[in-house]
Amino acid sequence: MKIHEYQAKELLRRYNVPTLKGFVVFSAEDAGKITYEEFESKGHKVIVLKSQVHAGGRGKGTVYDINTGAEMVLFDKPVKGVNILKDGNIADKAYQFSKATLGNKLVTIQTGAEGSIVNRLLIEEGVAIEKEFYAGIVLDRATGMNVVMVSTEGGVEIEKVAEETPEKIIKEFIDPKIGFQGYQARTLGFGLGLKGEAFKNFIHFITNLVIAYNELDCSLMEINPLVLTKDGRILALDAKITFDENALYRHPEYEEMRDISEESPLEVEASKYNLNYIKLDGNVGCMVNGAGLAMATMDLIQLSGGKPANFLDVGGGANVERIANAFRIMLSDPNVKAVLINIFGGIVRCDKVAEGIITALQTVKVDLPVIIRLDGTNAIEGAELLKNSGMEFKVAINFEEAAKLVTEVFAA
Amino acid sequence: MSVLLNKNTKLIVQGITGSEGTFHTSQMIQYGTKVVAGVTPGKGGTDYSGKGENIFTKPVPIFNTVKDAVAKTKANATVIFVPPPFAADAIMEAIDAEIPLIVCITEGIPVRDMIPVKQALLNSKSTLIGPNCPGVITPDEAKIGIMPGFIHKKGTVGVVSRSGTLTYEAVKQLTDLGLGQTSCIGIGGDPIIGTQHIDAVKLFNEDPETEAIIMIGEIGGTAEEEAAAYIKANVKKPVISFIAGRTAPPGRRMGHAGAIISGGKGTAEDKIIALKAAGIHVVESPAQIGITVKNVLDGLAKKKTTKAKTKTAPVVEEIIIDVPVVTEVVGEVVAEEKPKKSRKTKKD
Repeated sequence: MKIHEYQAKELLRRYNVPTLKGFVVFSAEDAGKITYEEFESKGHKVIVLKSQVHAGGRGKGTVYDINTGAEMVLFDKPVKGVNILKDGNIADKAYQFSKATLGNKLVTIQTGAEGSIVNRLLIEEGVAIEKEFYAGIVLDRATGMNVVMVSTEGGVEIEKVAEETPEKIIKEFIDPKIGFQGYQARTLGFGLGLKGEAFKNFIHFITNLVIAYNELDCSLMEINPLVLTKDGRILALDAKITFDENALYRHPEYEEMRDISEESPLEVEASKYNLNYIKLDGNVGCMVNGAGLAMATMDLIQLSGGKPANFLDVGGGANVERIANAFRIMLSDPNVKAVLINIFGGIVRCDKVAEGIITALQTVKVDLPVIIRLDGTNAIEGAELLKNSGMEFKVAINFEEAAKLVTEVFAA
Repeated sequence: MSVLLNKNTKLIVQGITGSEGTFHTSQMIQYGTKVVAGVTPGKGGTDYSGKGENIFTKPVPIFNTVKDAVAKTKANATVIFVPPPFAADAIMEAIDAEIPLIVCITEGIPVRDMIPVKQALLNSKSTLIGPNCPGVITPDEAKIGIMPGFIHKKGTVGVVSRSGTLTYEAVKQLTDLGLGQTSCIGIGGDPIIGTQHIDAVKLFNEDPETEAIIMIGEIGGTAEEEAAAYIKANVKKPVISFIAGRTAPPGRRMGHAGAIISGGKGTAEDKIIALKAAGIHVVESPAQIGITVKNVLDGLAKKKTTKAKTKTAPVVEEIIIDVPVVTEVVGEVVAEEKPKKSRKTKKD
């Protein structure tokens, strides 16, 4: 589960990880008001207005009008995902930039052409930066340990650094038996070339960051950039936190942080019925039991001349209600031109699944070709039920045949 | 022969009285698995015979702790059906009781709970399969897990996979073609699992009955690449592989917590390149896993007969026993027979 930058920073502050003073706003009026009250009237000369969307690359991203698709322009310059406002009248500028951004779409390298709609903005004080670094914590699967990484190459994509100059990433693994040690923090601090007060500040920063990562049950924490200010402070200028979905039951408070406007509406709908659905941009809807088989089915669709429209794992208990909901969600995607159902009956019996499909199709109208492959427990009984239902199915007995039927649909 | 389990394996079920535990215990007993005990804290000292539609053929004694169960029954394997918040603790208890084989079926264990488990496994006497896996089966002997037994058939192909139903798919394709399996291992779809592809491949490589290995992978992590490097250096048996998720988009978790392409790493393409470079037969279509194994094994059988014709049997015997270096020239089939023969010579 992903959260916004401002939410991540609120959490970090609880763990005494230093961030800048900032406020989240949902309207241009509030942006102007808060900028005046909290910054301009208190003598601040510079503020930063940051669009709050889950996608990265916001600084270089551009805002477009939601209706016309035209690039938003203010003061003869395109409005960006992150704007630095200075040179007087910052409250008025905050109002204007917020008005140009809120409700419109931000297109970044990570959002794709359709962009993300900006509904929230973070207003932060400006700060004089001496140097930018990177800090991240993530699970290293090979060792089964969390790894703390820092790099002098801040502000750029860490994957790029890892590929081009891997020697510039310094790693320390956390042994769960002893925890993150002081010498490890020092190794990282010296690795960044820090000295004096800045070094001490970094030790506090990284030690608290590790505590936060563990206690918050994160699966990823990235501070990029981590900055050294001209006055020697170490701060999280940006913060990205992803929670471990398996640990959400321990943190009921995270539910409030979920921003469903950042998720695909169909995926939100599917999650209500415990269906694991991910929308893709193809034309064959697929409904499968099991994640591995679902991925393999998507691959098979592609090899057979179609393109998968979704990933959909209906799980073990494929009963009527689940199947009906799965159909409804899958068919809400207008790009779907055919449907492939692939169920391997292990514990689930295929005849029960067939009954489920038949009943579901009496409630959900489907005008598209439906290819059904049921294999495993009671597969023959299941196929009989489908054939005798009076409905139009293309029934395949195995995976190979299902592939052929998909190809036939697209050849016709 | 088989790997990890056989008809003599004595199994404990942790979480036996829960609905999942009850259902699958009855299924395992029906398949022939020797279920010798159950562990449910607080219910020790009672006997449990299942409930509802799932009545066991004979009652299973329940113990409060895994240690008690092992002391009384000499069990050498355990399967865990404990809910996610308590599952890591259940694995730890099994490691502490020094059970050689631990299979954890539970899906949804937090990563933070699994990190200490992974460390506890190092230098322990236990092998962990899973979590979030279908389990392991040796056809016609025993199954520990939730896979449907009837699709399996005894034979010579070893199967290892991260997935559940995709494993069943591959197994069914084999069985339909008359190809049986020595054992099938579902290693699980989580980011931290006890046994990786490489460990399972090692087991099958050392098992004299296994003639070919199927490795089914998926996007995310680098476990398939690590196994490929091992295979290239150490495995002479043919390895056939399929990687699921060629069409999966980056940054999205495809059902399994571990199945995610992040930071440009863990793509199907990267894995396929590594596998091919290691001489592994990579199957493009998931519908052709079985037939590919058959073709590879048929090709091998042909090679075997041609070789047998070119060399007279006694010469081969001599070479194997005295000059191991020459085995490379003789090829993989003969090399496999080497350990057996040399053992024989020692006895002689």
